[in-house]
Amino acid sequence: MKDISIVICGEAGQGIQTVEKILTSILKLSGYYIFSTTEFMSRIRGGSNSTLIRISDVPVNSFVEKTDILIPLDSKAFDHVKWRTDKDTILLGREEFIQKKSKRTFEVKFTELAKEAGSKLYANTVTVGLIAGMLSIDFPILEKFIRGFFKKKDEKIINGNIEAGRKGYEIGERLVKENKIDFKLKRSEKAKDHLLLSGTDLISMGAIGGGCNFISSYPMSPSTGVLTFLSRQQEEFGIIAEQAESEISAINMALGATYAGARGMVTTSGGGLALMSEGLSLAGILETPVVIHLGMRPGPATGLPTRSEQGDLLFALFAGHGEFPRIIFAPGKTEDIFELTRKAFEMADKFQVPVIIMTDQYLLDSSFLVPLIDISKLKNKKYFVKTNKNYKRYKLTKDGISPRGIPGYGGGLVVVDSDEHDEEGHITEDLDFRTKIVDKRLRKMDLIRKEMEPPELIGNKNYKMLVIGWGSTYYGIKEALERLEDSKTAFLYYKQVYPLYPDTGKYLAKAEKTVVIENNATGQFAKLLKMETGIQADNSILKYNGLPFSVEKIVKELKAIMKQGGK
Amino acid sequence: MDTKIYDMDKIDIAWCPGCGNFGILKVLKEALSELDISPERLVIVSGIGQAAKTPHYLRANVFNGLHGRALPPATAIKAVNRNLVVIAEGGDGDMYGEGGNHFIHTIRRNPDITNIVHNNMVYGLTKGQASPTSQQGFKTPVQVNGVILEPFNPLAVAIGLGASFVSRAYSDDMKETKEIIKKAIKHKGYALVDLLHPCVTFNRMNDRKWFKEHTYYLGKDYDLTNRDEAFKRATETDKLPLGVFYINKSAMPFEKKLIAYKNNKKPMYEREVNLKKLKNLIASKKG
Repeated sequence: MKDISIVICGEAGQGIQTVEKILTSILKLSGYYIFSTTEFMSRIRGGSNSTLIRISDVPVNSFVEKTDILIPLDSKAFDHVKWRTDKDTILLGREEFIQKKSKRTFEVKFTELAKEAGSKLYANTVTVGLIAGMLSIDFPILEKFIRGFFKKKDEKIINGNIEAGRKGYEIGERLVKENKIDFKLKRSEKAKDHLLLSGTDLISMGAIGGGCNFISSYPMSPSTGVLTFLSRQQEEFGIIAEQAESEISAINMALGATYAGARGMVTTSGGGLALMSEGLSLAGILETPVVIHLGMRPGPATGLPTRSEQGDLLFALFAGHGEFPRIIFAPGKTEDIFELTRKAFEMADKFQVPVIIMTDQYLLDSSFLVPLIDISKLKNKKYFVKTNKNYKRYKLTKDGISPRGIPGYGGGLVVVDSDEHDEEGHITEDLDFRTKIVDKRLRKMDLIRKEMEPPELIGNKNYKMLVIGWGSTYYGIKEALERLEDSKTAFLYYKQVYPLYPDTGKYLAKAEKTVVIENNATGQFAKLLKMETGIQADNSILKYNGLPFSVEKIVKELKAIMKQGGK
Repeated sequence: MDTKIYDMDKIDIAWCPGCGNFGILKVLKEALSELDISPERLVIVSGIGQAAKTPHYLRANVFNGLHGRALPPATAIKAVNRNLVVIAEGGDGDMYGEGGNHFIHTIRRNPDITNIVHNNMVYGLTKGQASPTSQQGFKTPVQVNGVILEPFNPLAVAIGLGASFVSRAYSDDMKETKEIIKKAIKHKGYALVDLLHPCVTFNRMNDRKWFKEHTYYLGKDYDLTNRDEAFKRATETDKLPLGVFYINKSAMPFEKKLIAYKNNKKPMYEREVNLKKLKNLIASKKG
């Protein structure tokens, strides 16, 4: 395996995302495996933002500190990402942005070259061309992509960008020819068949796959992309996408929609879920389905709005007053993000419960190469019934699931109430019945457990050390363990965090040493493990500065734990 | 349609004897029956409060949600199934206090729903505190020296926002109230009925006598398309005008404008995922 990591750093508004979009696309079209992720400040202009692009001959999907090439686009950039560079890092860019000169620094006058091509606005295309040249990408691939990318602009701008790309390309080519850099990588036909998708894309397409036809939300980073994606697909897929006046409105709208038979969702972050908590509780007593996408960012309160954390696990688990069943998914693997979002809609309808799907900024804003998603077997069932005159919405049943009618479909009336209610759905203070209907609602957990997603064990089944993770840390932990090559260590990846897989205790008990890795400060998943199994994990590796775990960080921390004797 | 069709078998009504809500319930049933709206096609959405209990006392589909939150689900229900008749019903605290933000934005959205607000200028269920529409000087266990806030003026707000139908009624005037409710339900778009009624237990300031002395009906020659005049009438406080204040005929209902219905008129519950289109969407991400 060989991989190159390129970091581009500059101010907000300099177009780093455009460079990322074009580069990842042409690299993928050329047969490279790629992964990209961005970290950015909460501002429209200025500051320091960076994008990492990893290019490899095998699939890579995680954040690394190692920086092979750094392209600083302004004078603040170098200092911002210095911690990720070492003596081997190649610096490419304007002299004044490089600061320290060495054999590994090359001056590239992006702006001047762009001006020569027609406008300084083409500087980003020079950057793209440079990297394409260094990796010996066929220039026609770049040219074709630029043409498509700028197709709405006039011919002069398109040609200017192509020319700018060529100027960068020639420099990149020359650096390779002069043996100043060597980035030969094997290409793969398989990579070309992959899909280039962000976590946001995967959630959104999973929602469409799950039959989502209603989304109401209030914009909140990092979850807004799902609302944007589905809004663009309103006509194509017949989706109602409404920007609500608040998160409170959003969840209440979604519940109205699902009550009347739609498949509804909301997308939000921690602060939004806080506002939705009463609505979540409403979903619990109404037994009306709803899917909540919770894209986490660091709190408390406004916290770090554009950064990443897994700090809302216990909040998602306990949000909403009163006692009612819920399901929480936390996918980390790309295939799981799509599939579990789809499944969330099925589970919500089948069990008439709220389903929360947890992601975070890192997962949502990263781009992955995803094996082609096969939807040929995809089938969504309709779980509601046609009502008759004697219909009772909350009929007490053995398994706790009362056949769900929807208004206007059949001859019955569908009555749902946030007050405790009788079988018909009307307000009641019959306290004997109260016990019965609470039991009915909670009984559904038994069925839910039967259809849950077991954790995935990666590595030796006869492990001595067990590393445990959930959600977005999946690829980072996996790659770290591949690097450690320790045959006695295995990784247990949880994609559903609630209800917790019943055999979890067995997995933990088998290990001599357990390590829970999570992107928060208090070890929330370790607490959940203790709560559900009674077993306290031996070690926790935590990170909570707003950035995701790097592979290097996980390797270093695991090595330290391995060195310690005992547990 | 016989009004009996809306009668419940056995109910234990939680309202005080002599409550204005009884009149409203009766009038609502009559209006629905005269408009031939079957209970199966009707959804009443409510929040929390004494008024919000109304849907438990007549046969209909019911979404009795959270305090203050009737309008968002009502909007969504109509949006996902345009064949339903949707009424959002609650009190002044529910709709104008806790749900004030939804009141504003629902008017902007203009869904084809009827918003009946039982306005007795006091909180009943929580035992007598001021409501957003309580008049200054009104003494309560909390506002011990009398209300000092300016009362909320729902009609002026609604007209200011260009609401598509704005009206006020008084519960004891059953004949007139029924006609106003019928017009509101028939109206295509958001229709506000601010429905004054006495609270016999907690509001001794605005009792039946007070309402009789402080209300009058907009005359036959009143032009209900004149927004400036409507606003002027809505701000009158010595005597409160009753009737339909304003109709904005050019406002198109929210659910008529939704792109989701452009190629498919079916309600959401009848739809399936278009797998062919999803396959194409996935394939388009190959780059």
